Amino acid sequence: MKKFEGLSREMIALRASREIPDGSYVNLGIGIPTLISNWIEGKDIILQSEIGMLKTGPLAFGEGVDQDIINASCQPVHTLPGSAYFDIVESFAMIRGGKMDVVVMGALQVDEHGDYAGWANPARGLMGVGNIGGSMDLAAGAKKLLITMEHVTNDGQPKIVKELTYPATTEGKVNMIFTDFAVIEVTPKGLLLKEVYPGLTPQDIQSVTEPKLMISPDLKEIEL
Amino acid sequence: MNKVYSSAEEAIADIPDEATIAIAGFFTAGVPRVLLRALIARGVKDLTLACGCGPLLGAPGELALLVKNKQLKRVIDSYGLYRSASKGTQDLFEQAVKAGEIELRVYPMGTLAERYRAAAAGVPAFYTPTGVGSVVENELVSSIEEKRKKKETRIFDGKRYILEYCLPPHFAFVHAYMGDREGNLRYRGTARNFNPVMAAAARITIAEVENLVEPGEIDPDDVHTPGIYVQRVVKVPRPTFAVTID
Repeated sequence: MKKFEGLSREMIALRASREIPDGSYVNLGIGIPTLISNWIEGKDIILQSEIGMLKTGPLAFGEGVDQDIINASCQPVHTLPGSAYFDIVESFAMIRGGKMDVVVMGALQVDEHGDYAGWANPARGLMGVGNIGGSMDLAAGAKKLLITMEHVTNDGQPKIVKELTYPATTEGKVNMIFTDFAVIEVTPKGLLLKEVYPGLTPQDIQSVTEPKLMISPDLKEIEL
Repeated sequence: MNKVYSSAEEAIADIPDEATIAIAGFFTAGVPRVLLRALIARGVKDLTLACGCGPLLGAPGELALLVKNKQLKRVIDSYGLYRSASKGTQDLFEQAVKAGEIELRVYPMGTLAERYRAAAAGVPAFYTPTGVGSVVENELVSSIEEKRKKKETRIFDGKRYILEYCLPPHFAFVHAYMGDREGNLRYRGTARNFNPVMAAAARITIAEVENLVEPGEIDPDDVHTPGIYVQRVVKVPRPTFAVTID
């Protein structure tokens, strides 16, 4: 199967960060979504960390590390002027209560209904358990849910599928998908291909995507 | 009123086999490591450790001992396994879960937070939208098939919600930056996380504090956990650890 060139993880994060309006309160999941925090310095975007912090600052290194100040990925972070600490009940009240304007998560699979799977991989042989963390609460409460992920698995299998084969995190909540090859909007009529990695055609994208894609009349190349 | 114990060993001396103990902490932050080590040393068995987000991943040495000593019956958590599959397959805890020796029960993190909060607040059960559209809606997510109890759901205002029950632990181990001998606690940064709600939910809360102060040294405006929730206080050194779960 043809192997395509695409965006790096940092560049997927950059493209996704452009989708976040100024004035947004945002939660970033583990993995590619956390890389978005590198691209929003100076923008009027406030990060919430589910561990119990609002206005989470950039990653901390060396002398700047404070073992009591970490993000949800267990990475040391800085505070910013205006940061606030609170406990886990408060944190999930604001999450479940719908205060997050944008939530960005990674995924194992996304299907054409906007369902996504990310908390358990049956191939790991773990008798039906996995790590849910805050993902289901975040999906339940998000005003807008963005997925950032590689388009295919390491062995070239599509991650955008007709129906999930991995355990669902949530159904029908995904709004947009950002991959190394494409930007796709989830609409009530199906998946709409809006942007492609420079040099790739809609047919290329379709060849690595299971459900039939609608092609936007304004289809363009991903610009960074 | 003086709730101070002179050692962690004395503070946990009456914890029986089969106890359900809430362990606070979110990965490496705010984990009651000294109390955990005392528990391990006492050899208490058939434990249910009710967690929130991976405090045992944040205390991997302690988790490995609990597994090797066969002290664990059950772990309740939202994130109890290593993220990386390759690291997970090497891990003693994951191997024990796969072998059916330890039961792992998984809940969404916000649901767990709300279960402890409900127990603390005298609320027996509550409805939450979290998990609708996933297997969480249908049944308790457990590594042991016979334990996967069915769940009830109900429609409110056209939306489906899941009935979840309060989780009242017998004991709670919490960690605070500062505490006084009446049990008032103050946390630091993101080390707060599950500590306040677990302190409130348990029948007997044991707090290890980095700084033991006199009542009045914590300004009333700065008390995060009022002493009414805390039964035992132990002074411990400020811990050092690697800030990573990988």
